[in-house]
Amino acid sequence: MSIEERVIEIIMEQLGVTKEECVPEAAFMDDLGADSLDIVELIMAMEENFGVEISDEELMKIRTIQDAVDFIKRKRGMVN
Amino acid sequence: MRKRVVITGLGAVSPLGNSAAQTWEGLCAGRPGIAVVKKFDASGYRTRIGGELKNFDPLLFVNAKERRRYDDFIIYALACAEMAVADSGLVIGRGNADRVGVIIGTGIGGLAMIENAKETLLNRGPQAISPFLVPGVIANLAAGQVSIRFGAKGPINCTVTACSSGGSAIGSAFRIISEGYAEAVIAGGTEAAITPLAFAGFGAMRALSTNNDRPEAASRPFDKGRDGFVLGEGCGILIMEEMTAALNRGARIYAEVAGLGETGDAFHIAAPPPGHEGAVRCMELALRDAGMKPADIDYINAHGTATPLNDIYETQAIKRVFGEYSRSLPVSSTKSMTGHLLGGAGGLEAVISVMAITYGTIPPTINLDDPDPECDLDYVPHIARTKEIRSVMSNSFGFGGVNVVLIFRQFEERVDR
Repeated sequence: MSIEERVIEIIMEQLGVTKEECVPEAAFMDDLGADSLDIVELIMAMEENFGVEISDEELMKIRTIQDAVDFIKRKRGMVN
Repeated sequence: MRKRVVITGLGAVSPLGNSAAQTWEGLCAGRPGIAVVKKFDASGYRTRIGGELKNFDPLLFVNAKERRRYDDFIIYALACAEMAVADSGLVIGRGNADRVGVIIGTGIGGLAMIENAKETLLNRGPQAISPFLVPGVIANLAAGQVSIRFGAKGPINCTVTACSSGGSAIGSAFRIISEGYAEAVIAGGTEAAITPLAFAGFGAMRALSTNNDRPEAASRPFDKGRDGFVLGEGCGILIMEEMTAALNRGARIYAEVAGLGETGDAFHIAAPPPGHEGAVRCMELALRDAGMKPADIDYINAHGTATPLNDIYETQAIKRVFGEYSRSLPVSSTKSMTGHLLGGAGGLEAVISVMAITYGTIPPTINLDDPDPECDLDYVPHIARTKEIRSVMSNSFGFGGVNVVLIFRQFEERVDR
């Protein structure tokens, strides 16, 4: 399973949204109905799944699904 | 003059069924709701039996995300509130939202989720704790979530008075409506304490029945063979409304809340005093509050836990208040079938009391095979009894010595007294 697919799977489970809603440019708060606590929990699930650590400052910059995917890839050294 | 308060909606989930109607049917059939517990492996515990909900589908009332985040005591309250609001036909909207309150008591709150979170904390550290732990477990979030769900913007409260919590909630709602602080209140009690710590803790107090081999016969109020209460889970919710508001919207009125008594024992953390004078004063206060005489009460839904002390002292207190009339006054303990719902008990038993008035039927005390000689009232053994019920007294007594007595009566718009 690709990182994109796994990220979307986690988002669907955590936020209770459909696959169709999980387009790359979907913003967690504006498009997927998440509040600040939802995002904390979502990020915790991603940290656990991908074995990465996300600081509170980095968290602020993750707005959309694409942001999350890019961030995880970067952290795991798969980009650049 | 204080405003009158009526009941227009009922909701319940209990070991006997997943609605007020199913619960009532089980009660009238004298069906025991007690079994070996399934929520956790209790094989190493003194007590391995309890009153759990059966085939309850939380997803009928919350989505998968909410189910994961809310402890069951909140989900049960949401389910019952949903059913009670629908039953009442009350529409909560722009015109009345800030006059509709929510008061839901619980004895313990989200113990199951707290226990699981402690395990996560020990195994995986503080970073693994969900930001939804706190709002998923704190006691007032049953009322909070119900308020959010229905847009009820009036007074929100959570009474925490152990096994009287549900009674305290309904008492508080009665007071704030009768004093004009709210027009309607979603009120009751909820509990989901079928957990390892609760079984260990209540077990250590020797409060729980250990009749593990015969679960259906374990809850035996007033019987010589009783050996403690059986822990149950569930919830009971009433829609309580100011009478004129209910009449104006053409609501069906089940019954009226006639009176409230509240007292303290100032005696012991768990045991009632001999003769239970706190309960005596409490029943007397409720009668006075309702402007009724002892002989006006047609049925008492007893606290009746099946602990050795409660059943004798509650009997003594009833005899003291009702005198000669106590010989012909039916008293039953529905905990013989539901188990003891702790903070949920007062809520569920209020629903049951109202249904007794509505259907003219007294649910029995089952398992009363060999009455304790010190328990010598008419406990309606084994079989439900048909009888016109004009008014019911519902007793709740809790750890810490807190007593709450509520009186419900048939509704008549005109009262000549």
